Amino acid sequence: MKRRGGLLAFPYAVWMILFTVVPMLLVVWFALTDEDGLPTVGNFIRLWDYGAVFGRSLGLAAVSTVICLLIGYPLAYVLSRETDAMRNTAMLLIMLPMWINILLRTYAWMSILENSGLLNQLLSFLRLPALHIINTPSAVALGMVYNYLPFMVLPVLTVITKIDDSVVEAAQDLGGSQATVFRRVILPLSLPGVLSGITMVFVPAVSTFIISKLLGGGKSMLLGDLIEMQFLGNTYNPYLGSAISLVMMVIVLISMALMNRFGEGEEEVMGL
Amino acid sequence: MKHSRVPGRVLQGFIAVFLYAPILVLIVFSFNATKSRVKFEGFTLDWYAKLFEDRQVLSALYLTLVLAVLSALAATVIGTVSAIGLHNMKRRPRKALLALNNIPVVNPDIITGVSLMLVFLLCVSFLRSLGLRAGLGFTTLLLAHVTFNIPYVILSVMPKLRQLSRNTYEAALDLGANPFQAYRRVILPEIMPGVVSGAIIAFTMSIDDFLISYFTTGTSVQTLPMVIYAMTRKRISPEINALSTLMFLTVLVLLIVINILQSRDQKEKERRFRAVS
Repeated sequence: MKRRGGLLAFPYAVWMILFTVVPMLLVVWFALTDEDGLPTVGNFIRLWDYGAVFGRSLGLAAVSTVICLLIGYPLAYVLSRETDAMRNTAMLLIMLPMWINILLRTYAWMSILENSGLLNQLLSFLRLPALHIINTPSAVALGMVYNYLPFMVLPVLTVITKIDDSVVEAAQDLGGSQATVFRRVILPLSLPGVLSGITMVFVPAVSTFIISKLLGGGKSMLLGDLIEMQFLGNTYNPYLGSAISLVMMVIVLISMALMNRFGEGEEEVMGL
Repeated sequence: MKHSRVPGRVLQGFIAVFLYAPILVLIVFSFNATKSRVKFEGFTLDWYAKLFEDRQVLSALYLTLVLAVLSALAATVIGTVSAIGLHNMKRRPRKALLALNNIPVVNPDIITGVSLMLVFLLCVSFLRSLGLRAGLGFTTLLLAHVTFNIPYVILSVMPKLRQLSRNTYEAALDLGANPFQAYRRVILPEIMPGVVSGAIIAFTMSIDDFLISYFTTGTSVQTLPMVIYAMTRKRISPEINALSTLMFLTVLVLLIVINILQSRDQKEKERRFRAVS
């Protein structure tokens, strides 16, 4: 094909600069200025006051990511050994809840986790002590695991399914026990899927504010809540909000860079 | 190699319950006779009736659909044309633009939302200083949705373009087509599956989006997810359960239809293939 057609991408380049690059630059600009438009680093100094929120956000996102991995990896492994038809059905069933809006999925957990909710009704029916979960960090972590588990299972499952059967058989023929084959062959080969699973869970988990609003009852404020408050809440302060957003962006970039470093290649991960 | 399938089955069962129990709860309580979210006290369809009388919900639904159709359409046109342009570019500028393309995909939604909000607010205050009436609303929503949809269209069209043989386009030219005809009659049909799936992804992303809309709209224009958000904050009406049930059923029916169509398409292709060979 002739190389002239490149001009067709020109309107797109303009659009992306106007609505992606300029907005990002504005975030940087706002983060480095005050109300009078004067340059300052005061917004970043104020971030120290919110250290607890940063800690809670990163901690909860990390815990949820680990739980997703601990549940999601074994599930993906078990599913990879099923027949094609069974596995495709399972993938469809895992994706189906993702088609429901995250607000509704999270809202459903409210009525389950409430103090007089369905979970505690079930527990008292079984003569077990009631659990106080709603409006605690545990409820927020549970909401994150529920909403983002598919993002862990699907990339891992895609990668494990692609592993050539003959590689596994060769390892077995060479005398590897089941555990050895798993540890020395399947686990290393599935690492790219695990790494993209980790980023795909961690990034939305560290930036959410819906889950903490609905299940955390305003008590466990996260970074997302903090940003939302600065832009749409009573404490309108886009300068501080931009500084928080900038730090969040850096966190996301660092976590993605780390994951990319460990696992090269493997771009098509979303089993869509 | 022998090993028990029981632990695997237990795990699958556990996850199935975990994934679907909340959805089941939502559906069951949409038929609850009282407003209780935790005790089932008789069957009723009242909440569905109420839902269809709720003007706020209906107008939000209408707005959401209009927004999704318009933004998916715009993003599909812009995205497809740009993908062709990108495909024809030299390697280096293409890589740079594709890196740009990834920004809205990997950025957390909340950051895309607030950064667009900053731009729109600046534009609004500029227009107001010129004495014009301006504010956040449908236009800013549409611009935001087109912006986050374009990358998905490009990502689904680019692979199709890469599969294309270089000779296809030149063959069309040799046979007397002008470049426009060659694109429309030869290239476009070839990449159509990518264009269609890009449009579908864009449409669903737009319908599902809450965060970016939340930051880029004004007070008067509300999409369905925003109405749902307001409802969850009030924690009262089982209308929201009725709404979720209907949305879940819609998705379910759509997925089943798509699956049937795909398998029929597959069979049709196999039949033709056999007829040819």
